This record gives sequence, structure tokens and C-alpha cells, in this order.
Amino acid sequence: MRVATNTKRNLITAALLAPAAAWLTVFLVLPFTAMLVFAFGERAPEGGYQAAFTFAQFANLPTRAAAFWNTLLLAPAGALLCLVVAYPVAYFLAVRANPRYRLILVSLVVVPFWTSLLVRTYAWMYILGSRGIPNLLSMIGIEDVRMLNTPGAVLLGIVYGYLPLMIMPIYVSLERLDRRLLEASADLGGKPVSTFFGVTLPLSLPGVMTGVALVTILLLGEYLIPQLLGGGKVFFIGNALVDLFLQSRNWPFGSAIAVTLVAIVVVVLMVAMRIAWKVAGTRQVDLV
Amino acid sequence: MRTFISSVYLFLYAPIALVVLFSFNAGRNASEFTGFSLAWYGKALGNTFLVSALQNSLIIAFTSAGLAAVFGTMAALGMERLSPRMRALFDALFAAAIVVPGVVIGIATLVALVAVFSFVNPTIAALWPGGKPPQLGLGYGSIIAAHGLFSMALVTMIVKARIAGLGRDIVEASGDLYATPLTTFRLIVLPQILPSILAGFLLAFTFSFDDFIIAFFVAGSKTTLPIYVFASIRRGVTPEINAIATLVLVASLLLILTARVLMREKKSKSGE
Repeated sequence: MRVATNTKRNLITAALLAPAAAWLTVFLVLPFTAMLVFAFGERAPEGGYQAAFTFAQFANLPTRAAAFWNTLLLAPAGALLCLVVAYPVAYFLAVRANPRYRLILVSLVVVPFWTSLLVRTYAWMYILGSRGIPNLLSMIGIEDVRMLNTPGAVLLGIVYGYLPLMIMPIYVSLERLDRRLLEASADLGGKPVSTFFGVTLPLSLPGVMTGVALVTILLLGEYLIPQLLGGGKVFFIGNALVDLFLQSRNWPFGSAIAVTLVAIVVVVLMVAMRIAWKVAGTRQVDLV
Repeated sequence: MRTFISSVYLFLYAPIALVVLFSFNAGRNASEFTGFSLAWYGKALGNTFLVSALQNSLIIAFTSAGLAAVFGTMAALGMERLSPRMRALFDALFAAAIVVPGVVIGIATLVALVAVFSFVNPTIAALWPGGKPPQLGLGYGSIIAAHGLFSMALVTMIVKARIAGLGRDIVEASGDLYATPLTTFRLIVLPQILPSILAGFLLAFTFSFDDFIIAFFVAGSKTTLPIYVFASIRRGVTPEINAIATLVLVASLLLILTARVLMREKKSKSGE
């Protein structure tokens, strides 16, 4: 009897999970296996894939070194720049803001993140383009300023696009901060500045870590911002991938780059978790 | 400090405001506002390419989010019943679906589907009794499948969080009162997790509706709204694009606000 009930229970569990398991297998596990196989193959003469076993694609990676450098420099740089802008905002929202308006102010930060990144990035093409700020500057006599299609424009786009994602985890960790610790610090004669650096900042580090890791990982696969604001000059790995798969149809090389990108993401994630572990000690770290 | 905070808010909203403002511009010029007009909205909605791209986006977002809501909820309920090791496996796979960059998800799906097509299509053609054999190809199916993956992970995560906060005693009480498991589910569990399912559906819908990069790889000849907007941007900025962009912004905003209200309701009910 008990065996029969268990069998029935297992059947129901299997039935509940079957669609998701099928989906994960067919559209996640299989595709990644295929991509891994492709990465060791050759480009067919007419484009696409031809079976082979060679490390040539990986040996070829240096030909796309520029994309790797741009990504590996600008993604963390963008994330750090985001942090510099985000921290005061998160601090203000969590510690200083009037509690009556806090929720509204926090929502106002999040809303842009949830709207189309394509549209928001395109707005900057508008502002930085020749009819935007450079046009205004020329009216006051500053001629020929180039803003669009520069690394600076890409960094600006990154900060703009990912700022909300940086503010939120820091805000959450600051909001949970025990106010009594701040009072204790003041009672013990700590000046506001030393309270901030001695108490507030260290206790918000888990949030800072989460934000930096989250934004960096997402930026590693970024395509739209470099494409629209970098104008084909500031290529990221994502742009190289689109080029290789959709234009030059060099699938094995593209697969090798994609596999390398995933490896980089995994390494960054592991390092971030390691550091978070150390920073947070036994404290809980939230990833969102 | 206040000046800094205000300028950050200005920084966040000025570009959006500019796009919205210029969508009402009467003139064609993108740098000066020459008067209020709805003409570009009319033009955008009269554009058959744009309207069909919008239709495609709606069909894809609705289907993938719908599938994700049903299958993702089932998965969340099923994972409850699994051994810790199997549960960790599913957790890892769902996490991978979220962490792996969209660019790679798009590529992997493309690579796998083309490999399957190149095997299946000749087989069908060989076995087809006559006339033109059907051809499998990229299109609605491939975009829905790829969006469904991410969306399912999203729904499962949200619903799982809700289930974790669910009172077990009331479910047991229902069983003690001789309710069948199905009745318990329908009357006790479902009403409590429904807001989170809806929130997951709306988030998934917004994600699919706004996604450019995955669709770019697996769309084949189908054009979604973000793909259309992207292509138009490359042809040059016109007020018509501003009108489309404004519509996209308003649509995703409405969906997100609804989703957040639903998730908040969930929180207050569980007494957090």
C-alpha cells in the first residue's frame, strides 16, 4: 500500500516537472553541448559548420583580442563607475530620505531599468549625436566635438542603463543596517565621517559586491550599448558574436568565442562569490 | 548631496522624456520642437511593417509567457517534492538560464535548431508522399522556445519564493477535512500563489516583449518590434521611431507596474 502511494507520488512529481525538464534539456543542455562540439569544428566552405576535431578556433581567439579587451576593460570599469554614482543615491534613499517618500523615490529608480534598454540607449544616440549636445556646443563656439561612437559614450550608456541595478542591492543592504550601531558609534565619540567609514560602509559591502558582480556579469554579454553608442568602434564580445554568426557565418569560431565568454562569466561569478563569502562572513548575501 | 541626488534622477529620466517629447513634434527635425502633433503616431500605426512586427511581438510574448507561467508553476510545485540533490540540479539549470548572457542563449538555440533542422528536413522530404514537403525553420516557434527558457526560470523562482512562505498547516488541515489533493490545490494553494504566477507572467511578458538580442539570432525572417526599432534606428532617427519607442515604453511600464503591485500584495498578505 505504502509502495503504491509512493509510486503515485513520484508519478505526480515527474508529471509536474516533465515540461520544464524537457525545455531545459532541449533548449539549454542540448544547445550548449552542440555549441561545445561546434567550437572544435571547422567552418564549412559556404559558411556554417563542418565536423572536425581541432583546437584551431581557440588558437584563433587573438584575432578578436580587441573585442575581448574592450569587454574585459569596459565592463568592470562601467560597473565601478556605476558604483560611484549609485552609492550616494542608495545611501540617501536608505538613510537620509524622508520615510514618507522613500517608497516612491525607490520605485522611481527602478522604473527605468524595467523599460526597454533599446529605447533608452537610443535616446542617448539622440543626445550625443551631431544634432544633440555637440550642436548646442557649436552655438557657444565650441566646434567639432565628437561624442557618439567613442568609448566614453559606451561608458555613459553603461552607467545609464545599469545604474538602477547597482542602486538596488546597495539600498537593500543599507536599509537593513541596524540603526543602533550608528547610535552606538556616535555615543562612543565617533564623528559622522568615521562612523560612515567604520560602520556603514563595511556593513554595506555585501550589497556593493552583489551590485558590482551583477552589473559586470550582465555587461560581459552586452551587445546593444556598444553597437548603438560605440558605432562599431568599441566592439564587445557580444558584437563579435553577432558578426560571426549572422554576417560572416563562421559558426565554429563564433562557438569558440561564445564558449570562452561563458567560461569568463563563470570565473567572474565564482570569484565574486568567493569575495562575497569573505566580505560577508556568515551574513547572508542576496543576489537580487 | 541633494543636488547630486536630483541630478541622478534628472539623468535617469531626461533621455526618456526627450524621446517622448519629440514623439509629439510636429516637424521632421529631430533637434528642434516645432509644435505639438500626433501625426507621427498616426504614421507609425499606419505602417504595415511596424504593425505586423507589433503583432509578432505580442503573439510571441503572450505565448512564451503563458507557457512559462503554466510550466514554471508546475516546476515550482514539483521541485517542492524532490530530493535535495535533484532540487539543486533544477536550481542550477534555472540559474544558468538566467546568468548566461542572452547573446549566448540566442546563439546556442540557433546552433542547436539548425543542426536539428538539417537532419529532420531531409528526412521529412525523403518520407513525404508527394508534393512539396513541409520545412521546419526559424520563426515563431524558435523565438517562443528561447524566450520560454528564460521566462520559465523567472516564473519558477518567483512562485517558489511564494510557496516557501505558504502556511503548511492550512494545507494539512484541508487534508484532515477529507479534501482530495486536487480540491486542496484548487481551493487553498492556487488562490495563494496566483498573484505570484501573474507577476511572473507579466515579468516574462515584458522580458519577451523588450528582448532584442535573443530574437535577433533565432527570428529567421520574422520581425519583432525591438528588431524593427533596431533596424529603423540604423536607417536614421525619425519622429516616427520616437512614437514607436514611446509606445514600447508605455507598454512595458504598464506591465511592470501591474507585476509589482501583484508581488507587493503577495508580501503584505504573508505578513512580511
